[in-house]
Amino acid sequence: MSTVATTTALPSPVKVGLSRVGLEVKQFFREREQLIFTFFFPIIFLGIFSAVFSDTDFSGGVDAATYFTPGMIASGIFLTSFQSLAITIAMERDEDLLKRLRGTPMSPQSYFIGKIGLVLVTSVLQFGLLLAIAGLLLGVDIPTGPSKWLRFVWIFVLGTASGSVLGIAFSVVPKSGKAASAVVTPVVLLLQFMSGVYFVYSSLPAWMRTVAEFFPLKWLAQGMRSVFLPDGFEANEPGGSWQLGLGALALSAWLVIGLLVAHRVFRWTRRDAS
Amino acid sequence: MERDEAVRVRGLVKRYPDKVAVNGVDLEIHRGEVFALLGPNGAGKTTTTEILEGYRRADEGEVSVLGVDPARGNRQWRARLGIVAQTSRDEAELSVAELVNHFAGYYPAPRDPDEVIAAVGLEEKRRTRTRKLSGGQRRRLDVALGVIGNPELLFLDEPTTGFDPEARRQFWTLIENLRTEGTTILLTTHYLDEAEHLADRVGVIASGRMVEVATPETLGGRGARTARGSWLSPDGMREVRTNEPTAEVARLMEQYGGEVPELEVRRPSLEDIYLELIGRPSAAEPTPVTVGAVR
Repeated sequence: MSTVATTTALPSPVKVGLSRVGLEVKQFFREREQLIFTFFFPIIFLGIFSAVFSDTDFSGGVDAATYFTPGMIASGIFLTSFQSLAITIAMERDEDLLKRLRGTPMSPQSYFIGKIGLVLVTSVLQFGLLLAIAGLLLGVDIPTGPSKWLRFVWIFVLGTASGSVLGIAFSVVPKSGKAASAVVTPVVLLLQFMSGVYFVYSSLPAWMRTVAEFFPLKWLAQGMRSVFLPDGFEANEPGGSWQLGLGALALSAWLVIGLLVAHRVFRWTRRDAS
Repeated sequence: MERDEAVRVRGLVKRYPDKVAVNGVDLEIHRGEVFALLGPNGAGKTTTTEILEGYRRADEGEVSVLGVDPARGNRQWRARLGIVAQTSRDEAELSVAELVNHFAGYYPAPRDPDEVIAAVGLEEKRRTRTRKLSGGQRRRLDVALGVIGNPELLFLDEPTTGFDPEARRQFWTLIENLRTEGTTILLTTHYLDEAEHLADRVGVIASGRMVEVATPETLGGRGARTARGSWLSPDGMREVRTNEPTAEVARLMEQYGGEVPELEVRRPSLEDIYLELIGRPSAAEPTPVTVGAVR
């Protein structure tokens, strides 16, 4: 008696994951809403703010474009990771794409590789575009020293990573795909206001800053200011310092919390699936 | 032999907080056959199917799909299945060719994507984004994604809902071709003509129980297709069930001395038998009715 059909090897999760990255990026740039509210939003706001506050002096000889560039970079990272994943995964679950994928031999790892790849590609592209516009059109001084860029890299990595896992976790909150934007966007907006993305952080009321300290975006924005604002500017920070050690700790804590929660709450089917 | 069955279910029970959705279902689907699962909404069709697909866990009973308990189905097992769910509106911004090619990459031994696209009749829509497809085209894309992995067993959940008659005929041809190639198919449908046309056997499920399993021709038992004659007697509508309708009509002609008022002779369709099985009044029975022969 012959044995059951010889098993052919399944494609490796990494290979399938990389092909999902390509698909995710393609989709991202074809969806107008995503493109505007996630990708171009910080770029548009940087332009508006530099124009509106063109005469305002931000002390230390820093103009509006220079002051808002790090905030928009931080905000962009949060949008391309947290907002992008929270909304799209909520929609994919509601539209039964996740269920369809679960019914194939695709490994869950491949799906998440696709999402991580999407976040990396879009956030790097967005950052590049922000930097080019700030440096070339708005006359912002871009740092050149390797130590500042090294600092940028770890803040960028911690920011995208924590934003992504929190976005995956938050995707279970909207009750439907249609509600996803309406539920996620206000949360992001609120955090942006409180974390000093749209205002000078030190000018915010103390209680608001205290609330902001519990969330990752404040630390991400502060870290980015430490990279893109001139040395000595930290004297203007509420604590008189960039608080990089504390920032690293806060972002890492959010990364771990996000991972644990995402692992617990992530589901492939709708809650009401019957 | 268990090995020859694509699906084997014994005493399946699934409870939800508010009701018992499946209450002791037995089911066997032979390899290579098209099996249609019929039943009203809420009868337990979808729950049963989703347990077989590995989406839900059974509370009680034995379930074996391609020799594997779906609750323990791994990627290797999923590679042998194809699932076409009830509705789909996902992946709107990707084209037909992009999706079919991408899904082919999930499987160890996929079919040729171009051949699959041709088989479902979407060659001219290769570069069209899914959101621009019509309902029928979208459904055919779902089937393409369901069969791209060359499955041994294909689940089709109400595949032709919302189709126009021509699209349905085309779809049937597609399913017949899959069957010819040896794919085992579990079809759930609301359309009795679809089950009659496609299925080797049908199972009728009602209130969480399998009421009957038979070929479309023998469903409802020996007497189910018995002819029914009805006419207007002086006391109102009368109906008889008889195996000799011609003799019955001759007798009536004699009794009425010629033309019999409102005479009608018909045999119940699969739909009539089905409705009777699930305990709904059938359109074939005139009301009010005086039954003139044994039930």
